[in-house]
Amino acid sequence: MTIHHPSTPEIAAYLRPPAGTHPPLDSPAYKSTGLRAPSQAPVVLRHRLTEITGPLLTGEIGPNDHDLTRQHAAPPIGERIIVSGRVLDSDGRGIPQTLVEVWQANACGRYAHSVDTYDAPLDPNFSGGGRVVTDSAGTYSFTTIKPGPYPWGNHHNAWRPSHIHFSVFGRSFTQRLVTQMYFPGDPLFPYDPIYNSVPDEKARQRMISSFDMENSVSDWALAYRFDIVLRGREQTPFEEPHE
Amino acid sequence: MSELALTPSQTVGPYLSLGLTWPTGYLVVPEDAPGAITITGVVRDGTGAVVPDGMVETWQADAEGRFDHADDPRGASGSGFHGFGRSSTDAEGRYRIVTVKPGALGDGQAPHIDVSVFARGLLDRVVSRIYFPDEVEANAADPLLSSLPPERAATLVAEQVGPAELRWDVRLRGEGETVFLAV
Repeated sequence: MTIHHPSTPEIAAYLRPPAGTHPPLDSPAYKSTGLRAPSQAPVVLRHRLTEITGPLLTGEIGPNDHDLTRQHAAPPIGERIIVSGRVLDSDGRGIPQTLVEVWQANACGRYAHSVDTYDAPLDPNFSGGGRVVTDSAGTYSFTTIKPGPYPWGNHHNAWRPSHIHFSVFGRSFTQRLVTQMYFPGDPLFPYDPIYNSVPDEKARQRMISSFDMENSVSDWALAYRFDIVLRGREQTPFEEPHE
Repeated sequence: MSELALTPSQTVGPYLSLGLTWPTGYLVVPEDAPGAITITGVVRDGTGAVVPDGMVETWQADAEGRFDHADDPRGASGSGFHGFGRSSTDAEGRYRIVTVKPGALGDGQAPHIDVSVFARGLLDRVVSRIYFPDEVEANAADPLLSSLPPERAATLVAEQVGPAELRWDVRLRGEGETVFLAV
């Protein structure tokens, strides 16, 4: 028989996301949610050791994983861009040494994936996947080409705005996030149910990268900036003196 | 205090494998590691159809109930155990993770694995937990399991299907819907 010791040190939980920040799982305008979104409300789990820790991954990073334009014999067709930013928590602290994974369509809006049947050319010089680990300040940087918009089967004449998928871990299980980075001024924003699934308009806009002249490279590439903000922690509880 | 506003979640979409596939991601430990167990299961949607384009991730303590992580107030174990598994679902909706059974954390919770499920049609991950069928006493005292009606709690307990193999299915919606957690 195990004797449990409930007097484990108090744990500072992670802040719960404000309402309107994340999309409701049941978002009827995005049709695939209908069969996949749970029907029952999630059970709120108090944060304990398994939630305040998380995978600290540096991945198996290949030499060209950070440069999607150099993964093949020749450069891909398209507008070369540099995408950089920081992975932060909501207290403004950069998250160092954390894995950032990206994937995207090619310049024509076609994914190098067997499921994608869009009648647009595949680019033999573009696979569309990359990964990088943040530096000590939480900064990451990729070189890629700007992905094209593409049609999808959600409704008649449905088109996704250009986007890059991002997957980040932070340093706790609670911080795990997959999102999409959009480009400023995209005319498809008003029509896209995935972008618009985020209820709060200001939150939606935080998925739009900003044009970044400062990091553009003369005679080489324009740049976009995209910071990713993950949940911070509640204040550390005061330790009660124990006998 | 803070606060930078949070970045919203979006779906992984149908092409997640382009960015998220790791050939050995399902190996939390090597197949021949002492105490290795396999956890498999099928992810199904609201009609019971399999989800062939999803991904299951796991996070857990080591066999001693420790994390090699500085935020564990008991201290990082220093063992190098990375605790993370990732498996895409295949054409039959099946995922597979090779790991070790986590030890008890010593905080009154039964041994468990935290799980995230990602897929097209999920605008945010859904989170759940795997508990172990041979921990009847600890499961009965677990704060989460004991807070749930028995038939709901049962969706979180894996089934022993072989000497070193457990099965834990995910029903995203509908009959026998898995208990999902807000973390």
